[in-house]
Amino acid sequence: MKEEEVNFGKSDKFNLTMIPGKFARFLRTCVIWQFIRFLVINVKMIIVVGKSH
Amino acid sequence: MARLIVMGGGVAGHTTATFAKKWLGSEHEVVVVTPNANWNWIPSNIWVGVGQMKKEDVVFPLAPVYEKAGIDYRQAKAVSIHPEGKEGSDKQFITIEYTGQGKEGQTEELEYDYLVNATGPKLNFDATPGLGDGNGQIGPYTVSVCTADHAVHANSELRRIFEKAKTEKLKILVGTGHGMCTCQGAAFEYIFNIEHEAKKAGVRDNLEIKWISNEAFLGDFGMGGLHMKVGGYVVSSKLFAESLYAERGVDWILGAHVNKVEEGKVHYEQLDGTMGEEEFDFAMLIPPFAGVGLKAYAKDGSDITDTIFAPNGFMKVDADYTPKPYEEWKASDWPRKYQNPTYSNMFAAGIAFAPPHIISKPAKSPNGTPINPTPPRTGMPSGIIGKAVAESVCSLIKDGDNGHIHEISMAEMGAACVASAGKGVFDGTAAAMTVYPVVPDFEKYPGTGRDTDYTFGEIGLAGHWIKHILHYLFIYKAKLKPGWTLIPE
Ligand SMILES: Cc1cc2nc3c(=O)[nH]c(=O)nc-3n(C[C@H](O)[C@H](O)[C@H](O)COP(=O)(O)OP(=O)(O)OC[C@H]3O[C@@H](n4cnc5c(N)ncnc54)[C@H](O)[C@@H]3O)c2cc1C
Repeated sequence: MKEEEVNFGKSDKFNLTMIPGKFARFLRTCVIWQFIRFLVINVKMIIVVGKSH
Repeated sequence: MARLIVMGGGVAGHTTATFAKKWLGSEHEVVVVTPNANWNWIPSNIWVGVGQMKKEDVVFPLAPVYEKAGIDYRQAKAVSIHPEGKEGSDKQFITIEYTGQGKEGQTEELEYDYLVNATGPKLNFDATPGLGDGNGQIGPYTVSVCTADHAVHANSELRRIFEKAKTEKLKILVGTGHGMCTCQGAAFEYIFNIEHEAKKAGVRDNLEIKWISNEAFLGDFGMGGLHMKVGGYVVSSKLFAESLYAERGVDWILGAHVNKVEEGKVHYEQLDGTMGEEEFDFAMLIPPFAGVGLKAYAKDGSDITDTIFAPNGFMKVDADYTPKPYEEWKASDWPRKYQNPTYSNMFAAGIAFAPPHIISKPAKSPNGTPINPTPPRTGMPSGIIGKAVAESVCSLIKDGDNGHIHEISMAEMGAACVASAGKGVFDGTAAAMTVYPVVPDFEKYPGTGRDTDYTFGEIGLAGHWIKHILHYLFIYKAKLKPGWTLIPE
């Protein structure tokens, strides 16, 4: 069984939601992709901070 | 020379006092009255609670910082406010009781021209039998991460459980300890840090980890949930949160008012009126928050606490407190000036101000028990309000009646939240979220109540790095190191 499918069988609640697959999980810890996301999130956060003051 | 007294040296009060002193210079006096000797970067208490940071990493002594800034620091708790003075004197004052500086237990009257209440929350453990010890402190059956000392204790208990879990199956329960709690975000972060640490310790398979909360749905966070752009969709935080819990194998109990805690067991009532019990070997339950219990007296000595404070103990400000049904709630109900309507030289910042109503949809069990999160006033809004109040007070001091009152509403203010899961730079992940605005404005943003371009969330290392950066940045700023004013709240 694929890793992401294991928990679906554990409870009805888990079964009705979505669980990230291998690629989505890989992206979460892929340093190059995360560096890009880091820049994007920072820009967004700075805009939110700017709009809040 | 005018004197500003700031009650509370936490996120909001420290911001107010340090900016006010910088802008007022030596011409005017800024006094901070706070019972704590240390400043605490509270968000990192989560990492203390799983042993990834030490208490010393998240606190620093206030005295040298205030001395450098020229702020008069009184390690004391404020006890009462006398906004009309007393017989024989019109001068407003507060009474304080020292908790340090070698004057423990001594009381004093301090006169003020302007007063800012930034006393944050009272951790109201005793609201739930067994959650408290009956004397206002945490009880013996559960742990907390609300203070650095609580977090140190939580970690030592957690390590004991991890050790035991090497040979037996055990159960961990994390969430809210009452139907009217806020701060679900902190419990959310803690449960996923525990999950991460349990994996690292090789005991995850022997641990059942469960969430219990007063939220009607996962991802409510006391803000009625939020909608964010993820993967080209606009999705509810319910889906986002449920996915995370399912992925990490964390089960949940929702709409729960924990009404009793015993050794190894919580009793709770749910929104559908059913009563339940849940056993645990380790539980971290956030207590409900209340005002810190300041009293207020008129010139003749009569008790005017009800005039200044709402029944929950938080200070009344320029919010619209008229009770009205959920359907009629508006963004404009929320305060903009944080000024007390009766005494205009008195302000409240951070958690200390009384919100007009909750943000989540109100809910009651068939037995009439309210079970809904109370509104969060997280670090960023607390800091922003603290600074806005400092600007208002400084302007009033300098320009008298022509002074400009700075206005900012939580319905026009965002919040950035980073909930880590682990601490390592390459192995942890974090849910990074921004919400704009904190209080939904359905007139401006019909549909979700928020701007979905700036309300987003994603999970990954990037959020994790941001959490690390924020830790060092905010401690640097709070220590008033060079360039501190350039770091936004
Ligand atoms: C575990 C945890 C994690 C969190 N994580 C995040 C996060 O990741 N991001 C985020 O934005 N927010 C987070 N928060 C929320 C954030 O900590 C609060 O929003 C913020 O601290 C509120 O600031 P405040 O100044 O109103 O209150 P506080 O920071 O609590 O300060 C109140 C101060 O008043 C003092 N005081 C109390 N009684 C008196 C009295 N009688 N007289 C004078 N002084 C008094 C207290 O000692 C304290 O110094 C978290 C909270 C917790 C508990």
